[in-house]
Amino acid sequence: MPDATGLELLAHELGDATLETVYFRERATLVVDPAQIRSVLAKLRAKGFGFLASVHGVDHYPDEPRLGVIYELLDMVRVDRVTVKLRVSTDAPHVESVSADWPTADHQEREVYDMFGVVFEGHPDLRRILMPEDYEGHPQRRDFPVGGEPVIFTRDERKWLEARE
Amino acid sequence: MEVKREPAPLRVTELNAHQLLRGGELEGANRPARLEGEELEQYVEERVLLTTLDKTVAWARSNSFFPLGFGLACCAMEQFHAAGPRLDIARFGFEAFRASPRQADLIILAGRVSIKMAPIIRKLYDQMLEPKWAISMGACCSSMGVFNNYALVPADKFMPVDLHVPGCPPRPEALMHGILKLRKLVQDDPEMGWRERYNAVGTEEAPVDVG
Repeated sequence: MPDATGLELLAHELGDATLETVYFRERATLVVDPAQIRSVLAKLRAKGFGFLASVHGVDHYPDEPRLGVIYELLDMVRVDRVTVKLRVSTDAPHVESVSADWPTADHQEREVYDMFGVVFEGHPDLRRILMPEDYEGHPQRRDFPVGGEPVIFTRDERKWLEARE
Repeated sequence: MEVKREPAPLRVTELNAHQLLRGGELEGANRPARLEGEELEQYVEERVLLTTLDKTVAWARSNSFFPLGFGLACCAMEQFHAAGPRLDIARFGFEAFRASPRQADLIILAGRVSIKMAPIIRKLYDQMLEPKWAISMGACCSSMGVFNNYALVPADKFMPVDLHVPGCPPRPEALMHGILKLRKLVQDDPEMGWRERYNAVGTEEAPVDVG
């Protein structure tokens, strides 16, 4: 991981895209402006972080802006990693897709869309990946109800249906 | 969605059939409405498996299940061991796990059934030829199990299940016990009210007068 000084230098080079830097337990995190994510990742790639390991989503409810997207970048040559975070609200959950530059983001952004509802602009094929295509709701959001289907056994089915009527 | 079905006919097993035939009466819950003479004979004939041919066919069917082992998740690991050397289900005749649903008559749903997988399993179940039975193995497909969340659906919701084997995962002995229990059920009554439960009209082999 870039150490604290390295992180500050990195943030300085990225300029106004960086909203915040966090250095905790030797892990470096950059919180960036959602509108500039693609250029931020391109600059980090130029610095040597050439491997996008993970794109995942977070729901920070009740903190606003609520939805977060986290990109983990690895530098395979210097054995280094940096985390890039951004936050968007549910009113305008649009983030530019980085799948053109980083092919792994294709499926991973689909998963973030499916589970959290973040819409990635410019994604070639943004549809649900884990849930059925006509599913309503975004399951990993914090206000999505926990719990599944009511259980009926085949031998109780008639009684259950009659009880419903 | 309204599902209207007629109540399933009472299953009269051998034990209380003897009572009927000796002119006695069934006890307790199995007591049907008062039937006399001709109607009584017909009632008994329709329901009682006393003919030797029926019994022989049921015995043969029950001893030669061809499982379509549909191993989905962790329960599949235990299912393999039920067919392994220690708890050999081959000694009962069930080792022939068929890959094709057309050749199988017992589907063992071993594992979690996600919402996307359900129509696929239903298609496989529909492709199986009658008579067919279904075992729901493990907690997840019987009653959601540990994963009681947005992703799963219990097997009873989209197909009729004859036997549930509890456990997470059930030990291979438990699965074997379940299969043997199903075998006993099939020996006593192969249909098990399947057509009534499934509302299966129109797929009978011999033409039936649907009045």
